[in-house]
Order: sequence, then C-alpha cells, then structure tokens
Amino acid sequence: MSGIPPYATMPQRVWYYTFRVICGLIFAFLITPVLIVIPLSFNAQDFFTFTPEMLRFDPAGYSLKHYEDFFTSDDWQSALWNSLKIAPMATILSVGFGTLAAIGLSQPHVPFRRAIMAILISPMIVPLIISAAGMYFFYSRIGLQGTYLGVVLAHAALGIPFVIITVTATLVGFDRSLTRAAANMGADPVTTFFKVQMPLILPGVISGGLFAFITSFDEVVVVIFVGSAKQQTLPWQMYIGLREQISPTILAVATILVAISICLLTTVELLRRRSERLRGMSPG
Amino acid sequence: MSDVADTGPMLAADGTPLKKSLGRALRRQKMRALMLIAPLLLFILLAFILPVGDMLYWSVKNGIVSETLPRTVVALKDWDANSGELPDEPVYAAMAADLHEASLAKTHTKVGVRLNYENPGISSLFRKSGRAAKKWEPAADGPWKDQLIELHKGWGDTAVWRTIQTYSPPLTSGYYLNAADMRVGPDGPEMRPENERIYMLLFGRTLKLSLMITLSCVLLGYPVAWLLANLPTRKANMLMILVLLPFWTSLLVRTSAWKVMLQQQGVINDVLVWIGLVADDARLVMINNQFGTVIAMTHILLPFMILPMYSVMQTIPPTYLRAAKSLGATNWTAFWRVYFPQSVPGIGAGSILVFILAIGYYITPALVGGTKGTFISNRIAFHISSSLNWGLAAALGAILLVVVLLLYWAYDKIVGIDNVKLG
Repeated sequence: MSGIPPYATMPQRVWYYTFRVICGLIFAFLITPVLIVIPLSFNAQDFFTFTPEMLRFDPAGYSLKHYEDFFTSDDWQSALWNSLKIAPMATILSVGFGTLAAIGLSQPHVPFRRAIMAILISPMIVPLIISAAGMYFFYSRIGLQGTYLGVVLAHAALGIPFVIITVTATLVGFDRSLTRAAANMGADPVTTFFKVQMPLILPGVISGGLFAFITSFDEVVVVIFVGSAKQQTLPWQMYIGLREQISPTILAVATILVAISICLLTTVELLRRRSERLRGMSPG
Repeated sequence: MSDVADTGPMLAADGTPLKKSLGRALRRQKMRALMLIAPLLLFILLAFILPVGDMLYWSVKNGIVSETLPRTVVALKDWDANSGELPDEPVYAAMAADLHEASLAKTHTKVGVRLNYENPGISSLFRKSGRAAKKWEPAADGPWKDQLIELHKGWGDTAVWRTIQTYSPPLTSGYYLNAADMRVGPDGPEMRPENERIYMLLFGRTLKLSLMITLSCVLLGYPVAWLLANLPTRKANMLMILVLLPFWTSLLVRTSAWKVMLQQQGVINDVLVWIGLVADDARLVMINNQFGTVIAMTHILLPFMILPMYSVMQTIPPTYLRAAKSLGATNWTAFWRVYFPQSVPGIGAGSILVFILAIGYYITPALVGGTKGTFISNRIAFHISSSLNWGLAAALGAILLVVVLLLYWAYDKIVGIDNVKLG
C-alpha cells in the first residue's frame, strides 16, 4: 500500500492521512525520549528542561560542563573502566561457548534439541531479579560474590541466548555441502571450520557478540547483587545517580551511550545486509 | 542375481551389515553435536540453572531453629499446642540449655530474627534472654519455668511456643504461606488480617500493570508494524531505524529520559503550560505513580512487540486484501475478516514476550514508579538487600518464576523458541 490510488473516495483519503499521522505520532513517541537527552545534556544550567536561553539558541545557554564533569569525576571514570573491563570478557565467553553450541544445535540430528534450546534461552526469559537473587545466594556460598570473575560469569550467562539466537539464525541458510566438499578435498574438521564455515557465519557471530556486549554493558540488576563496590559499572552508577541526587551529568553519560548504540546499530544492520547478500537473499 | 538375495542382510564396504553401519554413523553424528553443545550447557547449568535452583531451596529451607535449639525441638515434640497450657518444666530446661549455648556462640539473635518473621516480638524476646543466658549454669540453676517467665513474659505465652514448634522441622512451607498472605494459626493455615495482606496486592498490581503495558504495546505496535510491512522495503528500512534505535539504547538512558520528561518541572509539563492546556500552578503529576511506570515501560517494551508483529505481517500476501475488496468487501470487512486473523500469531508472539518481560521488571518501576507503581520484583529486592528475609524473597521469586515459566512454555508451543527474532 504505497501511495493512494486516484479512485479513492473522500473518507478513504481522510483515513489514509489520519493513519499516517497516527503512525507518525507513535514513531515520535518511540524516538523522542532517546533524542531529547542529547540537547538537554548541553544545558549550561543544572536544570532538566530547556531554559529560555536554550530555546533562543543563545550560545550562553549551552555548555560542555556536564561532559567535563563526567570526564573528571573519579566515580564516573572508574565506573566507565569497570564496564569496559567486564563487558568484553563476558562477550568473549558468551561468543566462544555460544558459537560452538549453535553449530552443534544446527546439526541435522540432535537429541533433545528442543529441551536444550529451552535451557540455553532461559537466561533471557527468567526475570532478572530472580537470576540476580539466585546468583547472589549461590555465588556468595562459593566465594564468587563481589568478585570480578563472578560478575563476568553472570553476564556471560545473560548474553548467551542472544548469541545462540543470532548464530543459529545465520546457520539456517548455511549450505552443508560446502563442509562436505571441504572434507572431500582433504581438509580436517578444524581447517574446514576456520576456512569455510567461520567466514560465512561471521556476520551472525559478530552481531551475536554485539548483542552480548550491549547486554553486559547495560546490565544493572545482576551486577548490583553479584558485584561489590569494586565492580561498580556505568549503569550502576547511573542507577545510583537517578535514585539519590539526580545530577545532569547523567544526561551527558546518556548522550554518550546513545552515540554508542547508534554505532552498534549501524554495524549490526550492515552485517545483516551483508549476510543476506552472501546467502543470496535480497539485500533490501 | 539369486546369489545376492541369499546372502542375508545387505553389507557395507567393510563387511558389517549396512543397517548397523548406518546406525553407528548416526550415533557418531549425534555424539559430535552433543560434544559441541556440552561446554555451553555445562556452563549455563553451573552459572545459571544451579543458582536459580539454589534459590528455590532457600524458599523452603529452615534448618536454623533445629540447629540452634536442638534440645528444645526434641522436648517440644509431644507438647499439644491446642491444649492452651504452657509446656512443662523439661521444655523450659531444654530451652535454657539451648539459649545458654546459643548465646555463647552468638547465634540466638539469628534464630530470633527468623522466628520474628512469623510472630513479631520474638526477636526482642531472644535478644533479651540471650543476654541473660550467658551467665547461666543450665544444669544447676533450675527449675527454669518460673525463672524464664519472670525474665520475659513472652515465655509464658503459648503463641510463642507454638511458633517455635511450628518452625522446628528442617523444611517449611512458611515462606510460601507468608508470600500468599497466610500464616499458620491454631487451626492450620489461615489468612492474615486484612491490614497485613500486601503480597497478593503486589502480585495483583504486577499482573494488572503488565496487562496494561501489553495492551498499550499492542495498540501502539499494530499500526506501526502494519505500516512497516506494507511500505516499499527501502522506506520501511529507514523507518525501522526509529524502532531499532530505542531497542539498542540502554535501558537506563530511556528510564532517565522519561524521568526527566515526566517531572513536574520537566519537558512535557513545560510544553503543556506553554500551549496553555495546563495552568502553571497545576502541573500534572506524571511520575512516581502507576502512570509513570506504564508509560515508561510501554516505551521500553514496544520494540519487542513491533518486531514479531512485523515479521508475521511481512508474510501476509497483499493480494488477499485486494481479492477481498474486489469481491465486494468494504475496507473494514477486508481488514477484519481477512487481514487481522492472519496477523493474530504476531500479536500473540509479541504479547507473550512483552508480558513475560514486563512482569519481572525491576529498574524502571523502582525509578519512576514511586510507592504505588512498584512491582513484585521491587519487593523481592527489598527482602534480599534490606530486610534480609531471604527465604521470603526466594518464595516470592519462586512464585514469579512459575508464572514466567508457564508463559515461556506457552510461547514455545505457540511460536517456538527457534523463531525468536532480534532486529
């Protein structure tokens, strides 16, 4: 339904435009909260709304002081570093285990496939507070609570469903005769995997990795319970900031995080299109 | 020809029967698949399933009374709580001996705190008695009955002894009763007084708000999914970014954005005042209540509704609608009788997903929900970190988990876990 046919009646025309307006409003609802933090983060005052100077586009109404605050505050900087230490490790673990398992799951004959899949996806479904409570009780008993390793393991478990979903989706279109051809020409399974299979499923693996990364990078419930003050991550610091003294520095952090998500989204979209092209589907 | 037919089963190249050989190959293939999955499965079992199972054990575990007061538990076994009479001297002597030992090991306060969940006031009884018990000579200073009652009148209350007796077994259903706003009374389980019933209210509110969120996601998601599925691919991809960007944006960024926008001095109120819809002194209260929770969570979960709807709607051929119209259906009939029924699987998939995610939400209700807009998860977190009643937290969590797993099972039956799509 693109465009309106010339024979459309008046009520049809009215409905066509009303519908477009409704959809436009819903899109605005979706995107406004994400975008509104960007201009507000350049506020020269400690307010959370547009000051009259900002509305007049007076340069005096804008400043970078909240960003300065973020880059000079010890709390925020250590939170940033903690996030950057935890997320990549968790991502490596999820992608390593997850890719292997996804390849196993897409073999033609897998016993208990459905049950295994249900278990592997469950970290995404079980409410975070329950995962957090269970991990808190259990990890404190075995001495992992409040350690870097504990947080990394917990985050890796949370990221795995995303890797499994994206990689198995890529493997659906994978042509099995390619591995047979490689084996036929004398390649051992390891060579076949790295030279034939891996390059083809790489886009899926990378998207899964990015999903796992953002899961860990954004995660706050589990880290609050499993971590200690030494593992305070960026979202945790934001959560504290929002609960206690809400300071406009949060908006600066939020803007930086929005910029990161834009980069990740672009990468994932490009990878998805590349993978569709490789598999001979329409590039869209 | 006849030779071959007589030699029995068909043989593979190495002389084994073909059937056996094929069976072996299949088995090897299965083993290889399992070997690839095993590391991850083991990891998930250890790092995730086991902790969740451990939490379930916490919800029934009750070793503390029988560990701290072993003699009392034995002596109290034959006492009939419904007789209305206090236990006899041996029970008091056993309690004195247990208290003496517990006060030396400093465990008497813990058991007091545990029993206090069931019968408020017991904690101070144990604290006070424990302080005195340090100096006792349990074997020599008897008889204990009158001494204990004199020390604290709580020891002369049959309700206290009943509580100790009820909670002496190593496993208890007490936390679950508590989570269902019930308690063990003289005649078995009974409802708590009206003013103490909070958990059913919280579960009810969690379900109600999750349903409202799911419903508003359906209402807002359907038109957008329809538009995306019916526009030319290039345009649809452009608009898809507006859906995917919020999906990729940090949960805390979106929650803080809503907190900033909904405040009384926030952007929405400013705009409303500027247009003149709302007077400056009558700014709307949109945060720290249920409205704030519903609107922020609808925004956060909307992409989870749009994406499954979109992928179902993409598969509905547009020719069906045209066929219906050419057969004389009005626009509405064509949509309602032809298009809508085919899009129901998308609505179902999206709704279950959104509902599952909404029911366990913690961060957003905690930040924008105030006291009236909090969910059961917030109460669980409170019991883990503030009141330290882990058993109750585990029981509440277990109930929530059962609800979610039922929905997960339904999702698997209707949609199939393999068909979950991300972006």
